[in-house]
Amino acid sequence: MTTSAVVLVLAVFGASAVEMVEALTIVVASGTSRGWRSALEGAGVAVVVLAAIVGAVGVPLVHLVPINALRVVVGSILLVLGLNWLRKAILRSSGHIAIHDEDLIYKKTVASLSAGVDPGARRREQRDAVGFAVAFKGVFLEGTEVVLIVLSLGSSDHRMLLASLSAGVAIVLVTIVGIIVSRQLSEVPENAMKMTVGIMLSSFGIFWAGEGAKVSWPGSDLFILALIGIFGAVAAAGIALMRTRFPAPQPTLVAAEVS
Amino acid sequence: MNLIVRWTKAFGLFWWDFLVGDTPELFVGMLVVVGIAFVTHNHRALAVTLVPLSAICVLLASTVRGRKRS
Repeated sequence: MTTSAVVLVLAVFGASAVEMVEALTIVVASGTSRGWRSALEGAGVAVVVLAAIVGAVGVPLVHLVPINALRVVVGSILLVLGLNWLRKAILRSSGHIAIHDEDLIYKKTVASLSAGVDPGARRREQRDAVGFAVAFKGVFLEGTEVVLIVLSLGSSDHRMLLASLSAGVAIVLVTIVGIIVSRQLSEVPENAMKMTVGIMLSSFGIFWAGEGAKVSWPGSDLFILALIGIFGAVAAAGIALMRTRFPAPQPTLVAAEVS
Repeated sequence: MNLIVRWTKAFGLFWWDFLVGDTPELFVGMLVVVGIAFVTHNHRALAVTLVPLSAICVLLASTVRGRKRS
């Protein structure tokens, strides 16, 4: 397995796990407040739709679009996505924006969904349109980012199957852990994971955009590791800079909404 | 026809929100980074230095800008 393949697996796995934790919070909240049948059906349908999008868009992307053009486009998308994740992670670590609080998001979602629910209907596990829609929307929206990452990384390196498998394993793993602990995964160090994935996506973005523009990177694929090291150092320096030069006025107490 | 227009609009809005959203500086920065890659690709040392460096500058500038809005 080449360096780029290993980093691809780690990046897709990390991104999928982070997004799945967020989706799981919404599905568990929907299941608890509106009934599990509708919540699981909504989540299941969303996963099938997302998988169909990967199949329908991924194959033509790889076979019809010239590889250099594809690399510039997906490299650019990965760069925007990666820098955005990294920027948010730095601002969260330095206390400028609130840490993503799954517990609070869970409580808010349950409170808003519980209003006007007949407890008898929940016990009888009848179908519930609101529960279905909330679970579907949660999984679909969080999953869309995963699909874009899978399509981008998979198509630029002709490793669509590997990228899809990494995402699939992450989704299954987070689901199993969620079922075992029977609650949303608030203990997951989400910001650290987002920072790691942001570093990887930014590195991949620069590498592929450069390859598409015919930049000859020293060491070829190995240069991705150098970029990861550089972005890791920049992230650490960025946090230190924000804490010392631009300290947050007061601790941010309100939890961030789903993003 | 109405449905196609609505879907096209929703599709465009999705990509606008995804790529630009509340951080237009990252989108513009990405265009600059890719532009630098195209302009400097014949000068290896320059490209290898300037492309990552420009991305780092974009990241730090956007982070400082994000601090002001938070």
